[in-house]
Amino acid sequence: MLDLLTDLAFIWAALIAFAVLAYVLFDGFDLGIGILFPFLADDHDRDQAMNSVAPVWDGNETWLILGGGGLLAAFPLAYAVVMPALYAPITAMLLGLVFRGVAFEFRWRTQHRKYLWDWSFALGSLVAAIAQGIALGALIQGIPVANRAYAGGWWNWLTWFSLITGLALAIGYALLGATWLILKTSGELQEQARRFAWITGLGTLALIGLVSLITPFLDPIFMQRWFAWPAILYTAPVPIFVALAALALFWGLRRRREAMPFLAAIALFVLSYIGLGISFYPYVVPPSLTIWDAAAPASSLKFLLVGALVLIPLILGYTILAYWVFRGKVDPKASYH
Amino acid sequence: MEFDALTLARLQFAFTVSFHIVFPAFTIGLASYLAVLEGLWLYTGRNVFLALFNYWKKIFAVSFGMGVVSGLVMSYQFGTNWSVFSDKTGPILGPLLGYEVLAAFFLEAGFLGVMLFGMERVGRPLHFFATLMVAFGTLTSAFWILSANSWMQTPTGYTMNAAGQFVAADWWAVVFNPSFPYRLVHMVLAAYLTTALVVGAVGAFHLLSDRANEGARVMFSMAMWMAAIVAPIQLVAGDLHGLNTLKHQPAKIAAMEGHWETGAGQPLILLGWPDMAAETTRYKIEVPRLGSFILTHDWNGTVKGLKDWPRNERPNATIVFWSFRIMVGLGTLMILVGLWSLWLRFRGRLTESPALLRLTVLMGPSGFIAVLAGWITTEVGRQPYTVYGLLRTADSVSPIDAQAVGASLVAFIVVYFLVFGAGTYYLLSLMHRPPDLSEPDIEKGVPTRAAGITPAPAL
Repeated sequence: MLDLLTDLAFIWAALIAFAVLAYVLFDGFDLGIGILFPFLADDHDRDQAMNSVAPVWDGNETWLILGGGGLLAAFPLAYAVVMPALYAPITAMLLGLVFRGVAFEFRWRTQHRKYLWDWSFALGSLVAAIAQGIALGALIQGIPVANRAYAGGWWNWLTWFSLITGLALAIGYALLGATWLILKTSGELQEQARRFAWITGLGTLALIGLVSLITPFLDPIFMQRWFAWPAILYTAPVPIFVALAALALFWGLRRRREAMPFLAAIALFVLSYIGLGISFYPYVVPPSLTIWDAAAPASSLKFLLVGALVLIPLILGYTILAYWVFRGKVDPKASYH
Repeated sequence: MEFDALTLARLQFAFTVSFHIVFPAFTIGLASYLAVLEGLWLYTGRNVFLALFNYWKKIFAVSFGMGVVSGLVMSYQFGTNWSVFSDKTGPILGPLLGYEVLAAFFLEAGFLGVMLFGMERVGRPLHFFATLMVAFGTLTSAFWILSANSWMQTPTGYTMNAAGQFVAADWWAVVFNPSFPYRLVHMVLAAYLTTALVVGAVGAFHLLSDRANEGARVMFSMAMWMAAIVAPIQLVAGDLHGLNTLKHQPAKIAAMEGHWETGAGQPLILLGWPDMAAETTRYKIEVPRLGSFILTHDWNGTVKGLKDWPRNERPNATIVFWSFRIMVGLGTLMILVGLWSLWLRFRGRLTESPALLRLTVLMGPSGFIAVLAGWITTEVGRQPYTVYGLLRTADSVSPIDAQAVGASLVAFIVVYFLVFGAGTYYLLSLMHRPPDLSEPDIEKGVPTRAAGITPAPAL
């Protein structure tokens, strides 16, 4: 029984990690387009940019609900500790997502107030991205727990480090958004997206480097995980692959490839995520709770796993189908009356 | 009232969930209505049904979007403000809510896009199937959410572990807990009535200016059939739900009835003002013995009063008494509208009475008010517990500062009024446009949305 619980908890940790990664990649590029929104040349470009994500954004955001719901079901203690610890950034993220989410519908329901929903979309996306980055930074820094409850102060989440991770995630999302636009648009908008991708690509790499340099000094466990012998044999490939992905990104931009920059940006995110995984495992709330400390009883993990194993592959299938249906360039005239 | 963190957290939950419940209550009913319209169109071939389908489809898309963003807030609010509750009940409520997300994600996600944009792409049979699946998906959402809520009202099938968590011993008993079937039926009927009243009001509004509009005539007629049939059924379902509550949560019934003393032959208090401090109901207008008869089906049956419970075990009778009466009062009005429409219909003059049309327009929002009043009754009536009889609300709240909850409460109020105010305005302007027999399938100028994915919890 004990072994079963151990395995179930591990499976659920993997599932939730997957849901969060899926969220970051999928919603990342459409939040990024929101972040780039004010910098686009004109209304026509903004229409195109929004149309390129309109068919898929709400499905993307559902992974966030799946991640949060999965955490409550499988690791209720982690959920109960993390949410109060990150109270302000979570609230800011939710409000940001409300503003940007409704903009997709409302923007088309008004003519002379359209600019209001443009700003709602842009600022909502930016706030949500920074808040997620701050939440990540605060989690890396560690969340103190006592008596099954958060035991820190209300402003613990706000540090120089978490501000850097907030900025890093926002710029990283903007990179995903810019490279997505290279893939989905043409002409002047695509040219502009290339310039954005250069700037945000350099910014993303610089910030990944900075965060990676600071992280090992935050906790001796992180340091040991990355640099102790022989662990370094397993961890060293991560930065090497990051360098390769960066090369692919800039090579793709220079050679004016359309898909390469987007794939390279995704690779950067996946590698950073793997890096975080190496630092975190087996903690779900570093440095206080491991996945086994926080896991729900086996009866709960089993009950929901049945449904998850049937439905998540189907959902993934749909997602792939939807992206396939909407493949190709956005029609530049689609938004004209 | 003292604005401590607990009070503020309760206000915040009440505020965000009240805003949220309005959208699913509407979309559950509307999804089924859309399925009926498309089915009638396929069966009869009458264009008016297709036109109405396309008319309400646009309204469905906007309200569904608002349901999604307000639902996202709910799924995180358990953790931010009610972390102790989340830790203790997560092993039971987490999987129930998880199934809600998965099932809704699967059904609605797969088929909403097809329903909204796919009529020409996938052909009629598959499109109709998609519409049915969206309707089924909204009902599945309701099933799991109401199961979770009902378990908090009538918890069964659990044991406690060493960490003080509720652990499922028997999932069947957890999911089908004693109050769940009653609550599910009562809420789904409420959603259907709410939608019918909105549809009826829109039809009546357009009939008042154009008696010949065929779309308006058909939607008004369909809505009046719903009011005539479903409102009386709801009365019976509500009564059964009440008897179930009497069995499992007698304190809630005592608060709803304004009874303080336990005794035989209790009166039915029609109106009054339950005074929590003085332990009495002031300004009573009552019918002798009828209360006992309704609750026990015996004129001399014994019904418990609130004084049977210590003060710190009593729900707030002032709120529950009145929210219950608002719900029942509106339900009675709905039955009367249904009967009036039947009488006019059998005289062949359904759409010819301006008085009924005006009343129906006025009744447009009544379903929403009744739904909110009903939820206030059942949720305030569960107090002072979150898990009835087992976990106190005061012991459920996060260890948070009042300032943090207060600041986020203000932010939610401002943002919700701005955003959902605008959304309601857009919904009303869509409804303000008369239905047109050549209602377009896809709007010009609005981007195509997912033929494959769209989001989860309408609830």
